[in-house]
Amino acid sequence: MSIRVLRPGLLSTLQDHGRHGLQHVGLCPGGAMDPIALALANALVGNERDEAALEMTVIGPQLAFEEEALVALCGAEFDGSFPHNRPVRVPAGSRFNVGRAVRGARAYLAVAGGFAVEPVLGSRSTFVPGGFGGFAGRALRHGDLLPLRDASASKKFSTLKKTRNGSVRWSAPPLTLPDREPILLHVIEGQHYGSFEPASQRAFYEAVWRISPDSNRMGFRLAGPTLARAENDEILSGPTCLGTVQVPANGVPIVLMADHQTTGGYPHIAEVVSADVPRLAQLAPGGTVHFARCDLGMAAELRHHMDERLSAALRGIAWNYGQ
Amino acid sequence: MARTFRPKAIHPLGDCAAYIEFSEELDLDINAAVQRLAAIVHGRALPWVRDVVPALGGLALHFDPDHPDLQGESLQAAAGLVAECLKEIDPKSEAPARTVEVPVCYAPEFALDIEEVAKKARLPVEEVAALHAAGDYRVLMIGFAPGHAYMGGLNRKLAVPRRATPRAVVPAGAVAIANDQTVVYPYAISGGWNVIGRTPLAVFDAFREAPSLFAPGDRVRFRAISKEEFKE
Repeated sequence: MSIRVLRPGLLSTLQDHGRHGLQHVGLCPGGAMDPIALALANALVGNERDEAALEMTVIGPQLAFEEEALVALCGAEFDGSFPHNRPVRVPAGSRFNVGRAVRGARAYLAVAGGFAVEPVLGSRSTFVPGGFGGFAGRALRHGDLLPLRDASASKKFSTLKKTRNGSVRWSAPPLTLPDREPILLHVIEGQHYGSFEPASQRAFYEAVWRISPDSNRMGFRLAGPTLARAENDEILSGPTCLGTVQVPANGVPIVLMADHQTTGGYPHIAEVVSADVPRLAQLAPGGTVHFARCDLGMAAELRHHMDERLSAALRGIAWNYGQ
Repeated sequence: MARTFRPKAIHPLGDCAAYIEFSEELDLDINAAVQRLAAIVHGRALPWVRDVVPALGGLALHFDPDHPDLQGESLQAAAGLVAECLKEIDPKSEAPARTVEVPVCYAPEFALDIEEVAKKARLPVEEVAALHAAGDYRVLMIGFAPGHAYMGGLNRKLAVPRRATPRAVVPAGAVAIANDQTVVYPYAISGGWNVIGRTPLAVFDAFREAPSLFAPGDRVRFRAISKEEFKE
């Protein structure tokens, strides 16, 4: 039982919650850029939270289902007619064609029972720069056959109450999509913030930054004012983190995303708090952000707020499954 | 280590990690102590700590800030953990380290920049290879790419700056030098270091039990091999 790839889309990769514990040998955790949307998609088809799903980026793939499957699409809104944020039973021989993202940038297609790919270093996430994990260690290509693990998993759909046309009446809330732009990102002051010129320190918080086209799963480049340091001394290469905003000598900030390098030699002006990273991941090139200072206490509140919204959504889904 | 070894500062790396800084400059003694400290922290296998990353001048702790085992404020917990582990470092003993032997072929077809290095260092090409192979190196930090180890201990006669124009693609296994360090490229990636040889070993293999050839703190020796040996 498998899914055939008719068109791969812009960048479609299998992703779960990533591989932890290997940053000391230079391997970042990677995984889904928007883990919140991934968790929702998995819950909607009755999967474990850390099951791998297909992360699609800006332009979705065209897929053919060889057998019946239960799937859910969460995260970015695509312009095709495929229903979002709810469990959908797709009959054998049907096509999946989502088109382009109209709101948000990344969507997750979870399939009940999961994809039958072996975990590498404890994760089914695709790490494209290293060529391992996920499906053949790479993004999908035309003609690929994505194997599914459990054909019978689509039967879970029968436990749900349906409308006359065979669909469910409810949907899960999208939790990470931008309502309006620029989106607000909370940051903790970076280690080298004080070494930037006062004008650049102000500009960092006052400017509206635009995601550049040369942004990817490793990092988002931000177009805006050029940031300059008061002392242009070389800094000692040090550890980085998901959400680190580093500024190379050209003055163009880069926010480190899921497949980031684990160390870097560029000054950190700020660190985006973990609760805000999934929302940032939903911006495509051209999307806009601005930054607001916060402390660790507020970062914890933002984290707990997001956790509560996700927990409430997961409880709602479980209730519909009669659990 | 005669000097006192204490954190200079603790910087939050967002809300899920902290950088415990010991030095703003590269000091090989401090780096060696950071490696030993990281090994002790790692050895505790605390459930709230996700990753312990020793770097050139300090170490990063990546953690789950909402883990029930993390008591109180995360930065203080990180500082407390480091302070406790510091007590276990025996200042008199040398850290036990593995030695990794890396075969390197310094033949011209692999040593893309060796002539330029020789010119800048005012040494014969053979001397560049011989001095590099004679060194006793330490892994100071792994970063930039999986398995990409920054090694200190390069002979001062070989200290040349990075290439003015980075190469678009440096082949996997390329052995390269810049300033006072040497590296081995794990994948074919772009890079600005001066390539002086190549190893047939896989530096990072996700399907191997130990994916990374190098670990932080390792002692590393290079051994010159012929083209024939390289092909085997």
